[in-house]
Amino acid sequence: MLYSEKVMEHFANPHNVGELENADGIGEVGNAKCGDIMKMYLKIDNNVITDAKFKTFGCGAAIATSSMATDLVKGKPVSEALKLTNKAVVDALDGLPAQKLHCSVLAEQAIRSALSDYYTRQGIDPLPIVGEVGECASCS
Amino acid sequence: MKIYADNAATTPVLPEILSVMLPCFTENYGNPSSIYSLGMNALRAIEKARSQCAAAIGAKSNEIYFTGCGTEADNWAIKETARRLRREKGKTEIITTNFEHHAVLHSTQALEKEGFTVKYLPVSSDGYITANQVSDAITDNTALVTIMYANNEIGTILPIKEIGAICREKGVIFHTDAVQAIGHVPINVTTQNIDMMSVSGHKIHAPKGVGFLYCKNGLKLDRFMHGGAQERGKRAGTENTAGIVALGEAITLATTGIEERAAKIILMRDRLIKELSKIPASRVNGGCKDRLPGNVNMSFIGIEGESLLLNLDLAGISASSGSACTSGSLDPSHVLLALGLPHEIAHGSLRLSINEYNTDDEIDYIIETVSKVCAKIRAMSPLWEDLTGGKGGFERFAPLLTPIK
Repeated sequence: MLYSEKVMEHFANPHNVGELENADGIGEVGNAKCGDIMKMYLKIDNNVITDAKFKTFGCGAAIATSSMATDLVKGKPVSEALKLTNKAVVDALDGLPAQKLHCSVLAEQAIRSALSDYYTRQGIDPLPIVGEVGECASCS
Repeated sequence: MKIYADNAATTPVLPEILSVMLPCFTENYGNPSSIYSLGMNALRAIEKARSQCAAAIGAKSNEIYFTGCGTEADNWAIKETARRLRREKGKTEIITTNFEHHAVLHSTQALEKEGFTVKYLPVSSDGYITANQVSDAITDNTALVTIMYANNEIGTILPIKEIGAICREKGVIFHTDAVQAIGHVPINVTTQNIDMMSVSGHKIHAPKGVGFLYCKNGLKLDRFMHGGAQERGKRAGTENTAGIVALGEAITLATTGIEERAAKIILMRDRLIKELSKIPASRVNGGCKDRLPGNVNMSFIGIEGESLLLNLDLAGISASSGSACTSGSLDPSHVLLALGLPHEIAHGSLRLSINEYNTDDEIDYIIETVSKVCAKIRAMSPLWEDLTGGKGGFERFAPLLTPIK
């Protein structure tokens, strides 16, 4: 199995590791049984994601995709973050081995889960906006 | 510091082994089947290697069949013996364990598709099976018992001589995959009642791409590769002269002075186990009584094996894990699951396999680095946060682990 240099960079020095004390949205996906858990924290002001942090239990790809996904949504309007796809995360990392693609799906789901939590906290039904936050097919 | 601690995966070719190989490429390059002296010299070199392999395991030269690897020897012994006994005696049952190497497990699974029944004996929580388990499982329909000599992940050594005796007594053929054991524990196929045995070269400082199958005289062995008359017509294909010569040399070196080497390696192994066990919420996988001298296998909950390995690599340490990520599947190690461990613990495993070339300084560095890396990964692990924070849940794992502190 071969990781790209970009993946190794993000694995060795992941960006945005940690928690946000007064996060506006927190999402957690995955489970220990499948070997990956991602927890993401978003700070949102005026519909813009001003900060994003994560904690991840998982393989190199899980950590790299968490790092990249938080990078990609930071500073972006919520409307753009909602459009984040796992493919965008994979592309930004210069690719992932096939058996690791599920990690990128998990990263996408973690962002959506945090946004879902954000809307719920605002008293807004997230379902029409965020949609169902499914689990990664490999994890179910 | 660069430290190689994955000798159970493969080993470097030793200079003295390389030096006997090199002439096979450029001077003694003849086809061993050719009649002129260049060919005969190559054949002579192969036959010398065959007698070295035989001597190393207490066998006769004509009981050694060279193969391309240990996996090939396993496939050959298991599939061809099972098929022959079904054809000749109508026997359709195979007995093995649930923690064999995939070379064995996937071979028996292939036979299941052909209609064989396979009994997978469950190993104990510390990674052993008993001869009694084998005895109880054998029926009149049993064609073959195949049980590994020592486990590749947790290093537990099984009671091969006793299992062999039971098989002899009941008239069942006994094969053992000794790929991890050869050169680390003394093996004698005659006194240990072994009918067939698989060995690989690259675990004992020969190159990759060579192994052998031992098959006891008098036991019929069906042809595995069809073609020329090599390996007494059983395994066709021009011989890997250089690899075979290397294997002969390697097995001679590996089986000489085992006890002295082991004594030194065990000291380092036990220090690793003792010190790494001080990491909170950790455990040693596999019993320590009958264990390969160089094998350490630990689990650290809250840590995923692959990220542990990648971090160790960044720090210059080559190690392995039973974790699935390394094998490309999402499931954790079948060996650790066979011990009855939950996924959460099985995912966070680390295998260190050391040998006599490792030093005390290296062991110190490994201990220090693994502890640091574990702390780093746990600091960003939501699972660890849950277990140590308010959420609880650690109680479930507590009996299997050292205290969380």
